[in-house]
Amino acid sequence: MSSDDLTPRQTEDVLHREVRAPSDESERGPGGDRLQHAEAASKPIRADAPREPQPRGAKIRGNRPIDQAEAAERFLAAPLHQKAHDERLWDVRRKRDVAAHGIPEWEELRELASQIKTHTLTHLDRYLEQFEAAAKANGVHVHWAEDGAAHNRIVLDILRKHGAKSLVKSKSMLTEECGFRHFMAAHDIDVIETDLGERIQQLDEEEPSHVVMPAVHKTRLDVADVFARTLGTDPDNDDAHYLAESQRETTRPLILKADAGLTGCNFAIAETGTVVTCTNEGNADLSGNVPPLQIHSIGIEKLIPRVEHLGVFIRLLSRSALGSPITQYTSHFRAPRPGTEMHMVLVDNGRSERLAMEEFWTSLKCIRCGACMNTCPVYRRSGGLSYGATYSGPIGLIIDPTFNKRKYSTLPFSSTMNGSCTNVCPVKINIHEQIFAWRKVLAEEHQIPLLKQGMMKAAGAVLSRPAAYRAAIQTADSALRVLPRFAVYNPANTWGKKREMPHAPRQSFHAWYRQNRMKKGGDA
Amino acid sequence: MSPRDAILERLRTNRPAGDFPLPEVPTFAPLVGDDLVAEFAERLGKMGGRVERAGPASDPFATVRSRFDGARVIASAVPEFVGNRDLGAVRKPGDLADVDVAVVRARFGVAETGSVLFTESDLIVNSVAYLAQHLIVLLDPGDIVVNIQAAYKRPDFAQAAYAVLHTGPSATADIEGVLIHGAQGVRSLTVLLLQRKKQAA
Ligand code: SF4
Repeated sequence: MSSDDLTPRQTEDVLHREVRAPSDESERGPGGDRLQHAEAASKPIRADAPREPQPRGAKIRGNRPIDQAEAAERFLAAPLHQKAHDERLWDVRRKRDVAAHGIPEWEELRELASQIKTHTLTHLDRYLEQFEAAAKANGVHVHWAEDGAAHNRIVLDILRKHGAKSLVKSKSMLTEECGFRHFMAAHDIDVIETDLGERIQQLDEEEPSHVVMPAVHKTRLDVADVFARTLGTDPDNDDAHYLAESQRETTRPLILKADAGLTGCNFAIAETGTVVTCTNEGNADLSGNVPPLQIHSIGIEKLIPRVEHLGVFIRLLSRSALGSPITQYTSHFRAPRPGTEMHMVLVDNGRSERLAMEEFWTSLKCIRCGACMNTCPVYRRSGGLSYGATYSGPIGLIIDPTFNKRKYSTLPFSSTMNGSCTNVCPVKINIHEQIFAWRKVLAEEHQIPLLKQGMMKAAGAVLSRPAAYRAAIQTADSALRVLPRFAVYNPANTWGKKREMPHAPRQSFHAWYRQNRMKKGGDA
Repeated sequence: MSPRDAILERLRTNRPAGDFPLPEVPTFAPLVGDDLVAEFAERLGKMGGRVERAGPASDPFATVRSRFDGARVIASAVPEFVGNRDLGAVRKPGDLADVDVAVVRARFGVAETGSVLFTESDLIVNSVAYLAQHLIVLLDPGDIVVNIQAAYKRPDFAQAAYAVLHTGPSATADIEGVLIHGAQGVRSLTVLLLQRKKQAA
């Protein structure tokens, strides 16, 4: 593998030269061409020695508001991690652009996806009933869980009835939401994550930092450390192939002897009672097809009416997520294998309540592609774990407060309001407008004490450097790519105006805040 | 009230005001040229898979012979190839963990993405498509549909207990974006373009 292959790309779109790798280990096609499918980087990115300790996520202190800025500061203080993270996600975002531009009907597909989701969400009772009836007719056991705790109890019950002690699972944000792994550990059920990124995170006792790439904040050196500690690999061997192979070899026996398998769900088809999963590793298929007992956990917002609608969503999902035309595996689970049981658990966990929130219910359209995270300058420079919540990045800012207003009260301020998230969202969620709306709600409800403190100080810093500020925002692209730190933590964000395609909030937050504070007699 | 009824009740009460009709999905023009085989092959190549034409009638597998090099356990789900592991006799899915190469036939291929579709009846035992180290997929060139939209108009998805689109081998780039084949499932996927035998019965 000669570095000559990389010459044409050498100067192209590099954010941080330090993390450009001199050599390339990615897989090649039969003709020797470099492959870029799945979540592969389009060019080698490598956070090299010296070994830099991995910055950890936000400190969780019960119900106290998460200090995202503090965790972000620590991430920024680890330049190798920060730069590799930034570079890698920006690369994925660019791959996404190329994939999207390759489809003339891209905008039409987004509009269709948005309308199909909006329709389904506003008729969700009907579609859930239809789904349940179809699943039952297929011989599937259907369960309903009002919240995460109920989901965990239902699954535990199923496992106990079968005397199951171990469970292999594929990646599922819903189970993260439910605290599934922790609950099962407390009940002596051995849960094994089978997605490589998720497995790395499980072995490191850390939450996933990204919805699609759970360990994207880690360098290979971090992974080598984790595997040396937990799997007994050679601590000095940080070859990605060696690490991945070690994981394969150690996970496979666990898959073979697992008593049960569980997957999440990307789409649930009302008409047929089918659960659809999209993975690159095939681990959902192993989880669903190897153990004698099969469970699928489904967030109720995952419903879509008919099979033909997959023709819209499958074309959007992986292109938005990774810039790849489709995931390696698109799997449709409809009925149990002969002689085995299949269970589906429909989980609400706050979704039906969110439907009543006039300004926020359309966040339920989200298909968890992660595109808004990849494009977000704050996310790229602070890492998913800095949000201290199940969902990070722009989508996290608008979903997390629905779970806990106080704990996640500061998150909607971790945005520059540049609107890029809204632009890339395949289901057209007006993310940045909802972020703005949350700021209002939280201020009105006095959930944001930090406003009075650090955040206003940050605003002061911005105002004291007007030249740098203006330079940073000259074009949307440069603002996204090389955002200065002070702009990241600027709660005023008056610069979010009409710089990218979507409409900016009607009133800048700064103006609104001043007005609102006056109204409340300076109490905010 | 049961959790089910409570959830449904809340969804009814909380339904946002307004009319949100289900849109008609138009049929989009295919983004691929007329030579579906070439398009399929090019796209599958980009997704890490390979395509080979069938060898002579006397030995259609000649072109993929090298894929069997060193294979000790071969499981075949197709009449065209005789393996040494009988899929019909497998007691539990995990018993296929020692399979080196599996030979299966795809129901159809998708030119837009380079995908192939299997259902449980094509695989005989679903797990073979993941536990085998390498996968050889027979595909009739006449069974390639233009795009994903056309694929989802096929009846297979509503009929099969399990239907899966494979687009290349198992892959991961979870470690620093380095692309690696064989993350958990098969390390390689090779499509052999071989016409279906006309069923006698
Ligand atoms: S909000 Fe949109 S862009 Fe973000 S993860 Fe969800 S679907 Fe993707």
